[in-house]
Amino acid sequence: MRYLPLTPADRAQMLGVIGVDTIDDLFADVPAAARKAELFDLPRHAGEMEVERHLQALAAKNRPAGAGPFFCGAGAYKHHVPATVDHIIQRSEFLTSYTPYQPEIAQGTLQVLFEFQTQVAALTGLEVANASMYDGSTGCAEAVMMAQRVTRRKTAVLSGGLHPHYAAVTQTIAHAEGMDITRLPVAIDAEAAVIAAITPETACVVVQTPNVFGVVTDVTKIAEAAHAAGALMIVVTTEAVSFGLLKSPGEMGADIAVAEGQSIGVGLNYGGPYVGLFACREKFVRQMPGRLCGETVDAEGRRGFVLTLSTREQHIRREKATSNICTNSGLCALAFTIHMTLLGERGLRDLAAINHAKARQLRDALAAVPGIEILTPRFFNEFAIRVPGGAAQTVEALLADDIVAGVPFSRLDPQAGLDDVLLVAATETTTAADIAAFAQALKGRTV
Amino acid sequence: MTMLNVGRPTQPQTAVPVAHASLTGARGLLQDEALIFELGGWDKTGVDLEPAEQDASDLAGLIREAAIGLPGLSEPEAMRHYVRLSQKNHAIDLALYPLGSCTMKHNPRLNEKAARLPGFADLHPMAPISTVQGALQLMDELAHWLKTLTAMPAVALSPKAGAHGELCGLLAIKAAHEAKGQGHRRLVLVPTSAHGTNPATAAFVGYDVAEIAQTEDGRVDLADLEAKLTTDVAAIMVTNPNTCGLFERDVIEIGRLTHAVGAYFYCDGANFNAIVGRVRPGDLGVDAMHINLHKTFSTPHGGGGPGAGPVVLSEALAPFAPAPWVVSGADGFKLVEETVDEAAQGFGRMVAFQGQMGMFVRAYAYMLSHGSDGLRQVAEDAVLNANYIKARLSGVMSAAFPDGPCMHEALFDDHWLEGTDVTTLDFAKAMIDEGFHPMTMYFPLVVHGAMLIEPTETESKQELDRFCDALIALAHAAKAGDVDRFKGAPYLAPLRRLDETLAARKPKLTWRPELTTVAPAPLAAE
Amino acid sequence: MRFTKDHEWVELEGDVATIGITAYAADQLGDVVFVEVPDAGKTVKAGDGLAVVESVKAASDVYAPISGEVVEGNPALGDAPETVNDQPEKGGWFAKLKIADKAEFEALMDRDAYEAYLGTL
Repeated sequence: MRYLPLTPADRAQMLGVIGVDTIDDLFADVPAAARKAELFDLPRHAGEMEVERHLQALAAKNRPAGAGPFFCGAGAYKHHVPATVDHIIQRSEFLTSYTPYQPEIAQGTLQVLFEFQTQVAALTGLEVANASMYDGSTGCAEAVMMAQRVTRRKTAVLSGGLHPHYAAVTQTIAHAEGMDITRLPVAIDAEAAVIAAITPETACVVVQTPNVFGVVTDVTKIAEAAHAAGALMIVVTTEAVSFGLLKSPGEMGADIAVAEGQSIGVGLNYGGPYVGLFACREKFVRQMPGRLCGETVDAEGRRGFVLTLSTREQHIRREKATSNICTNSGLCALAFTIHMTLLGERGLRDLAAINHAKARQLRDALAAVPGIEILTPRFFNEFAIRVPGGAAQTVEALLADDIVAGVPFSRLDPQAGLDDVLLVAATETTTAADIAAFAQALKGRTV
Repeated sequence: MTMLNVGRPTQPQTAVPVAHASLTGARGLLQDEALIFELGGWDKTGVDLEPAEQDASDLAGLIREAAIGLPGLSEPEAMRHYVRLSQKNHAIDLALYPLGSCTMKHNPRLNEKAARLPGFADLHPMAPISTVQGALQLMDELAHWLKTLTAMPAVALSPKAGAHGELCGLLAIKAAHEAKGQGHRRLVLVPTSAHGTNPATAAFVGYDVAEIAQTEDGRVDLADLEAKLTTDVAAIMVTNPNTCGLFERDVIEIGRLTHAVGAYFYCDGANFNAIVGRVRPGDLGVDAMHINLHKTFSTPHGGGGPGAGPVVLSEALAPFAPAPWVVSGADGFKLVEETVDEAAQGFGRMVAFQGQMGMFVRAYAYMLSHGSDGLRQVAEDAVLNANYIKARLSGVMSAAFPDGPCMHEALFDDHWLEGTDVTTLDFAKAMIDEGFHPMTMYFPLVVHGAMLIEPTETESKQELDRFCDALIALAHAAKAGDVDRFKGAPYLAPLRRLDETLAARKPKLTWRPELTTVAPAPLAAE
Repeated sequence: MRFTKDHEWVELEGDVATIGITAYAADQLGDVVFVEVPDAGKTVKAGDGLAVVESVKAASDVYAPISGEVVEGNPALGDAPETVNDQPEKGGWFAKLKIADKAEFEALMDRDAYEAYLGTL
């Protein structure tokens, strides 16, 4: 077997050194009833070519986003990732290293994490960031738990514009922790209702911008109301490219900013792995979940980096840890950092402007289709439209023209009663021809 | 004759000068690399994007005006920056990486190639179901393998890491108790040797944690367990093979006692690689177990993630699995994304989408490569390699549990270092100078000065011998009083020992010009 | 000064008790990097968590050796946690407590008893 270096002669010799007769002797502690002599009912080993053939056959049954006109967003976005990113993350020293527990021989990973933290803090307009979370949705749930620790209050207010999956993940965790979640009714411009829901018991307010319908919101007033009530302001962003064009969470008064970083460097991957961005004000750093990398010096006074404040973490604090998180999303954070370094501020601003311009073109094209109503009043690269005859049905119908029209809102939240709402997104990968084809196909269906 | 004596000398000088520091901070091929914020790229970019029209009429004035503070680099500069950084890392592709409990095994590149097929990598999580049939089929086939290898009837694929899988398992257990009117159970029992994630997870979902004592031979103390198992206990969390690298001989009795009081048996599957293909947790009475795909099934650790932690569930817990899950029918595969309808027992949702698909592809490529026969050999070779190390090193180091075989990792204590003034930490740092990554140190907590060595099955006998020879030589040096070799170690790594106290007392977590006190690459005084 | 088996010390002036950790404990913890002291006004019972002390490798709870109401937490430890290592039984105190029951104080070990206890560890 190509992954196993030991030869039968090696094995025999090693058993001799150990002083046992058979490999079975080494499994002597396993109860006899559970020690299976026979192979389990699965295929036998296969060569590289055969495995590749099987997986290629499965991959071929899927229709990749890049295969034709494609307008899905709703928390994951199709962007171009420079070839350099994927090359570097496949270097052995990054791909096949572990968590940097021995900093003397992990400075590569650690310096990258320090650069990542600095980039995330800059993007979100906050003072400190951690070394990443699993993804945006788990980051959102962790932010709510963190607000509970900081404020010692038990209620969180979630805006109705929060991605329904993020709300579900947060509710799942909060329920187990004994926290109350007030999830406001789903609405396109749901942020308007948030301030009225804040009470003296509120630990935090969670608002997404751009929200799940693509609406961009100035949360400054909400943050002021939250602070006046002694609550924390948590701002969630599912499209990290928007940081290049829109006012940052920090500028609008966020105490914690959570974002999905998938758009930068990571790719779609059918939902994972992704990379959660998590930043906060410096005074809350000891209540922060996840790993942190910090600057220090070595025994000769040279600058270096280490994992720090690890006493917050599970391997030391055990049941008193801030979170049970053990890994971060290291390789995805690396991909994010490389892509962000290639972009730079100039590239990010250009990229964001292009995304917004493409979405405006898409909006103009769809607005011209009779029967289509644009629902999102102000947006970045994604917006909601009302499609007569149902969003899911429209998506299904347009597949006949090989157009993936977007995400029906009903798929994210079947109970919301918004069956005719379709979420559509455009990015730098969207062409004028894609937009024309979409509008044309939609026209053919709605007329 | 004509003597031709021009050209450069080919012999080394006879008197070799002692080494000196370089003028730039570089060490030959090893560059001293500044942070990107110090490379001057405030107006640089490594991408070519056509400027777009600037029209803010749809943004309601929410324009970001102030500078963000992000430098850029051209492509060659970026490549060089990150390649230079990469060279400061140890990696499994360089040498044995014996971190116990972490399973640093070879990461096949076929896995990487498969995960990058556009049909997987460029697939949107909310793409129409009819356009992702191959992805759902892969998840279904992966689930079948995981269920067959564990003899468990159900699996929740979506948890994103081992600890996330623990969370999933305990949430299912909590939901099951609540459904039975047993929501009052508030205690989770965890052995003292457990991974820190176990008590952290139990506390995170609102349980109180009580510890189970350990016997002299490194196993769960059955009498203590029995005494603590009351109807107030929701679950026990036991790692098997345990963190001492030993199989819990009484595992079936542990399960029986647990079930007798109506509690569930959560097994931490971090060490499943020791028994995969040979022993099935479902035959041992386990109700839930996470499987670290990045340990047992070779997906890369990537410098700290991404992991993946699917959780297999027993019949009793299966109805409480979180959304989403794949079902197959006559007209293809479907994804059930909501648990609110029908049975409505699922405890909710762990993540926004389907989980770590990229890791599913990699792990499945590995499973298909090995097959049922290869996976069995994986477990056997992992255990053989660990026992070989234990046998070879026991002459100079003290095994924590000398009697009987270990499983996939060999545990030593620091008894053998007594009187040498060398600590476990010093010894580990000296290993760095010899070209090896240190073993896991000071874990499990139940063994003094613990050194936990896990070679994995992907090491050759030659590499194991090279490793053992190095440790034996170091052990002799320690016992011979060569203390400086250890106290100052590492001498030859990119950096010497780092001041962790300074980092924690005055945390500098982001680059800020006013906070950076140490200049990069200082050129020696002229 | 009185002591507990968890290595806290208490000094009593009138009805105000000053509480810290012993030199032995500070040495065992290693370099202290952070201390979380209680807010004034908090009431604690003997045995309750009073403060948290963190070194690089460990985080430990400090228990109230005695019941009372917090008068103040040591404000100096925020910027200078190393004081716990430098002057554990003086400037490195954690909190002052207004106590109700002096008998609790009297029941604790005196220095000789504590030293003898350390000898058994």
